[in-house]
Amino acid sequence: MSFAKIPKPDQLIKIRYAPPETAWMDTSVDFRPGTWSYSGAAKNLTYLDLPNPRAWQPADEDWKLPDNWQAIILEGMKERLEKYRSFRLFMDVCVRCGACADKCHFYIGSGDPKNMPVLRAELLRSVYRRYFTTSGKRFGRLAGARDLTVDVLKEWFYYFYQCTECRRCSVFCPFGIDQAEITMMGRELLNLVGCNINWVIEPAANCFRTGNHLGIQPGGIKDMLEFMADDIEDRTGIRVNVPINKKGADILFVTPSGDYFADPGTFTCMGYLMLFHEIGLNYTFSTYASEGGNFGLFTSAEMVKRLNAKIYAEAKRLGVKWILGGECGHMWRVIHQYMGTMNGPADFLQEPVSPITGTRFENARSTKMVHITEFTADLIRNGKLKLDPQRNDHIRLTFHDSCNPARAMGLFEEPRYIIQKTCNHFFEMAGDTIREKTLCCGAGAGLGNDENMETRMRGGMPRAMAVKKVVERHDVNRLGCICAIDRATLTSLMDYWVPGVTVMGVHELLANALVMTGEKERTTDLRGEPLVGC
Amino acid sequence: MKKHQWGMIALGLVIFIIVVTFPFWYGKGKTSPPPQLSLDTPAIAQLKEKRCVEDTSFMRESHMKFLGTWRDGAIREGKRLHTARDGRVFEVSLSGTCLKCHSNKEQFCDRCHNYLGAKPSCFSCHNIPGEAKK
Amino acid sequence: MKNLLISILAFFILALLALGIGLNHSLAYVLIVIVPYAAFAILLTGFVYRIIKWGSAPVPFRIPSTCGQGKSLPWIKTNPVENPSGAWGVIGRMAQEIFLFRSLFRNTDVAIVDERPVYGSAKWLWFCGLLFHWSFAIIVLRHLRFFVEPIAPWIGALSALDGFFEIGIPTLYLSDAAILVGLTFLFLRRVVVPQVRYISLFTDYFSLLLIAGVVTTGLLTRHFFPADLNAAKTLAMGWVTFSPVVPQGISLVFYMHLCFVFVLLVWFPASKLMHAGGIFLSPTRNLASNNRGKRHVNPWNAPVKVHTYEEYEDEFRDKMKASGLPVEKE
Repeated sequence: MSFAKIPKPDQLIKIRYAPPETAWMDTSVDFRPGTWSYSGAAKNLTYLDLPNPRAWQPADEDWKLPDNWQAIILEGMKERLEKYRSFRLFMDVCVRCGACADKCHFYIGSGDPKNMPVLRAELLRSVYRRYFTTSGKRFGRLAGARDLTVDVLKEWFYYFYQCTECRRCSVFCPFGIDQAEITMMGRELLNLVGCNINWVIEPAANCFRTGNHLGIQPGGIKDMLEFMADDIEDRTGIRVNVPINKKGADILFVTPSGDYFADPGTFTCMGYLMLFHEIGLNYTFSTYASEGGNFGLFTSAEMVKRLNAKIYAEAKRLGVKWILGGECGHMWRVIHQYMGTMNGPADFLQEPVSPITGTRFENARSTKMVHITEFTADLIRNGKLKLDPQRNDHIRLTFHDSCNPARAMGLFEEPRYIIQKTCNHFFEMAGDTIREKTLCCGAGAGLGNDENMETRMRGGMPRAMAVKKVVERHDVNRLGCICAIDRATLTSLMDYWVPGVTVMGVHELLANALVMTGEKERTTDLRGEPLVGC
Repeated sequence: MKKHQWGMIALGLVIFIIVVTFPFWYGKGKTSPPPQLSLDTPAIAQLKEKRCVEDTSFMRESHMKFLGTWRDGAIREGKRLHTARDGRVFEVSLSGTCLKCHSNKEQFCDRCHNYLGAKPSCFSCHNIPGEAKK
Repeated sequence: MKNLLISILAFFILALLALGIGLNHSLAYVLIVIVPYAAFAILLTGFVYRIIKWGSAPVPFRIPSTCGQGKSLPWIKTNPVENPSGAWGVIGRMAQEIFLFRSLFRNTDVAIVDERPVYGSAKWLWFCGLLFHWSFAIIVLRHLRFFVEPIAPWIGALSALDGFFEIGIPTLYLSDAAILVGLTFLFLRRVVVPQVRYISLFTDYFSLLLIAGVVTTGLLTRHFFPADLNAAKTLAMGWVTFSPVVPQGISLVFYMHLCFVFVLLVWFPASKLMHAGGIFLSPTRNLASNNRGKRHVNPWNAPVKVHTYEEYEDEFRDKMKASGLPVEKE
């Protein structure tokens, strides 16, 4: 991790909220190192048949745009105005009341007025007005309109890749204007002329080819899961089964690939394996659909569909009854709000019923995919799991609501129920920073790369400071979450702002507490840290 | 785009148009002539010059404020006499002066007040000469 | 800053024009007989046009912003309004947004105190916004007493309630005072708070100034330059019955009031004031979050290029076999 160019926390926190002297239309972008992400590599664009693959970087003067790039963008804008009521409405209906302004973690952390959701949207609206409204065509700047120039395009790139599509602004907007929706449109338009970031495009290309963002090939997945099974055996004395690509399984399990690749996500994945073993679930992983996450969401609706299609295709091929999804944030945005619409109807699957408790998951009756915390909360509620929360007594936990499960699903109580049943020391953060008002990790939507570290630390600051508060007040040492991106990015964020706090998934917590049939006496948790007090 | 749902939008627009055009359909387009104020009272008939305390347009527009100053002057400062702009002197009294001429409250005061939805509070205290006798 | 100055200038030019029209009796016919119908027609058609234009774009995805616990397991307490799972919840949510400005009620502000962001309650925007919108609505409804005969009882009741305290003669309506407070707050906030000034466009200032012009001339007419109300109602009833007559001796201020109102009617559908209609169409608020339970259909859902399992296995078959993973084709 390169902290080289980032100011120290005590410098970074000196944030000025006063806007600059020059009007925003006259203030151009400064591609300062540490605040933007590298461009998408040509090979990845080519693999995905995306336009204008080339070698370039955002800091370059010449972005090597196609000659007719303006026409392409405007045509794309017209098409999207006709396809999305959200886009058309959100271009018109804003009254610039400013309620959203200080709700954005990037604005709170940077003070840059173009990080206010309202102004980030105006970047696009000003062009919309200039080319698609009578007043904008006639009165230009007086009507808030401006020409589409290369500088404007660069501004779009800079600021639409400084939005994590977390939707916090949409909660506070009196009209429900969702900056995530506008950022998505902005990114789609940028993609039309080949302007995207590699941290999004490479995972998308990987996912298209290998089935997962990290580009792990079938054998690799098997090795990693077997390796986890070894670790589990080491901790518990029990050898868990790792079913992969198994036809005839009842349930297809799909989780973000971050869970089988790197700490601390791997501990969460071990948690799944232990849970499924203990309840004797007839399930399978898939190497083809080895990714729950969907970086298409940060590219275009079409890419969402292209990447998401594998989950139903694989469920059909393997002949499972329904699908279970792991802990992930934007993955659940896609599954809850897009999958059924895009790739359904999933009429070849059955309405999800827990084979252990018989509970019918009616809320998933159409999409036929259940969230792991719904599944596990139901198991605990029905007394199917033997839990010893004392094994988590070395953990003083707080919980970070991940943006998408919070504001695109309303999944608040399920993870909390699991936490309360598995952990004795749980402390909520301040009310303004959790549940539907939760603050972003600052690195979602493809921004979790190292070259963008200053923006990440700025954007994550409000979350980190809320953690810091509970650390000071309650000696919290662990931050729980239900998102693979969180597990990766909050770790860097904590190291920078609140050293000493580590990050875990809820199913790691569960696995620590889970009393397995025939296990040996546990002396450490999944991480190998000694247990206290039992 | 056959799946496109216009139902709710159409319903909303119909409600909008019905609400916004309320005055047009509520009165069923009937023309109602403005109220004719009756000056046909015995007291007025006896007047040589048919002139109120001040001229008609002033009285029409500002009688409420004017009566307000009468009320305040009489109650707070004991001013019982009012000198009009043309020098005539009147006793400051709603019942004794105003209603002496305009003894037909129903045909005079009320017609206009009802037409405009004005609800003066004068008569919640003042009695109306003649009405008591009924 | 420039936007503010231009909008103040535009407002004064408009006021002068209104003044000129008021003084110039030869234009009275146009103002009284032609402009009202034109303005009202523009309001109606403009409003409908804008809604249809928004409505003609489909809602491809179900994207509500969920602000409470969603419906999942039966024993988990849901928040049926902030995270509706059906039509009634959506109606409740929309009603809260429209009548109570629910989302704006959440408003907070932030300041860095002791190297840490601190969130404070910031309900003033909500309160003054609500004050402004409700009093505006009440004032419009109260004006119906000039437009219907006989006056519907509820209009009288509303006026009586609004003038409950009987302050002054004629009675000061509470809504008149409230709208002044609301407007002043909204305008000063735009001018004084640097961040809000930074994002404000011409239309933001001008809309407030225009409404302030309507309100001020209205209040002047009521309290300082009384108009002959009988003539005013006769005028309004003339419009309603399609037989407008140019009244005699109507005050200058009242003419200005009319001018501002007609400009507002035209400005409304052409400007940001259309948020009044737009809020009904907002897909993050007017959809139930029952996406997994009930399939939402995208009318333009088109096939896309996917990477099929066969292509995948063709590329990785050897490796899969080497790792002992089952394959479809040997």
